[in-house]
Amino acid sequence: MAVRVMIPTPLRVYAGKRDSAEFRASTVGEALAQLTGEFDDLRRHLFTDEGNLRSFVNVYVNGEDIRYLSKEETPTKDGDTISIIPSIAGGSR
Amino acid sequence: MASKVQTVTSTQAPQTLTNEEILRYSRHLIMPEVGMDGQLKLKNAKVLLIGTGGLGAPLGLYLAAAGVGKLGLVDFDVVDFTNLQRQVTFGTSDVGKPKSQVAQARLSNLNPDIQVQAFETKLTSENALELFKDFDIIVDGTDNFPTRYLVNDACILLGKPNVYGSIFRFEGQVTVFGTPGGPCYRCLYPEPPPPGLVPSCAEGGVLGVLPGIVGSIQAMETIKLILGSGDSLAGRLLLFDALGMKFREFKLRKNPACPICGDQRTIHKLIDYYEFCGVRGEEAPAPDLHVPEITPREFKARLDRGDDLFVLDVREPHEYQICNLQGHLIPLGELPRRVHELDSSREIVAHCRGGKRSAEAVDFLRKAGFKKILNLKGGILAWSDEVDSSVPKY
Repeated sequence: MAVRVMIPTPLRVYAGKRDSAEFRASTVGEALAQLTGEFDDLRRHLFTDEGNLRSFVNVYVNGEDIRYLSKEETPTKDGDTISIIPSIAGGSR
Repeated sequence: MASKVQTVTSTQAPQTLTNEEILRYSRHLIMPEVGMDGQLKLKNAKVLLIGTGGLGAPLGLYLAAAGVGKLGLVDFDVVDFTNLQRQVTFGTSDVGKPKSQVAQARLSNLNPDIQVQAFETKLTSENALELFKDFDIIVDGTDNFPTRYLVNDACILLGKPNVYGSIFRFEGQVTVFGTPGGPCYRCLYPEPPPPGLVPSCAEGGVLGVLPGIVGSIQAMETIKLILGSGDSLAGRLLLFDALGMKFREFKLRKNPACPICGDQRTIHKLIDYYEFCGVRGEEAPAPDLHVPEITPREFKARLDRGDDLFVLDVREPHEYQICNLQGHLIPLGELPRRVHELDSSREIVAHCRGGKRSAEAVDFLRKAGFKKILNLKGGILAWSDEVDSSVPKY
């Protein structure tokens, strides 16, 4: 069951400059574990030392926020897209 | 689910348009979606722009052109040469002048029938509520997390919508917060990233056209709020990827546990947003790294003396192309696996653009056992200022 994880611009530098990656995973947590297993620097940016998703990073499955689904236990199916959306602040200067 | 736009302008005695205004707005007036009623709503609307830079430029220009009756412009900054690549309100002769005043003059010239008020001040917890209270809609075009949380909280406390846009490199986010029943910025992101974890715009760069597009979308959302027509972005986060030329949309929900707009709110007044964001001062400082430093002048003197110094440049290759000190290039991100290229017996001076990344490099290398390593204070920018002005600054 291949799911695509979309990596946002600010975090690509920690993910080998890739904009997406595909994994076989049956939950969001599994996919993120594989992603951060591949890119260790990314782990620090996505998760706290306690292993919780950081609060300035939101994760969506096909446009729906996993906080309102089953969080990292949210099941994924073939063809799903997981999007990592961190907060960005730029705009003026 | 898109929420229907509700009119948010204050009700005033109906006005009329002058013949000159009818001519100016004729392309609006002949559209049934705007018409005379809509144009009068625009004329009666009061919109406050926070920031007159990249996002503020298209916002100000289009909202002024559209006939928004009162525009407030909050910005304490002055026009910088590096702004001109994207902040199209300003011209080369404006460099050094206060942004809010230059923008006020430009927008008043574009449309003398509207009132443009410049607030040459920094938005703070002390002045935000007072500044916001005379306006119907607040548009957030700032560049930093403390101000974004401040704008959000002030809007929620006053019950005013907040048209939000932010950008990074070639990616943008747009939505509308603070509409009745809709989510707020804290519902989306309860907390900001700790300083230093996400690169700022000044470090990351931004494609000049991007704020033009994102700011224009904010202007469109603002006008839809005023007219009360169309489907608002409230409840939807629009993500724009300029390189892939893709727009994607994500659902935003009001968080019942939100500390400012939830049922059991814990925030009842504005707080210290620099403290909240872990930032002191205007810019996010480097993480507390105390590493041995060398000033550009000392560095120059030692090079002139013929000291054996190995220059390590930890910037990216595209930055090296702009200017360099003939250092050995190892981008900070590649340092851990390229450490073997360095000789720990030689004295090393590490530098980057401004001194922050190289401080991290020095810290990393010291932990890896390098003893003779110094950080060039202020980076290549300081070198250009203090030693060799022929080195371009970027």
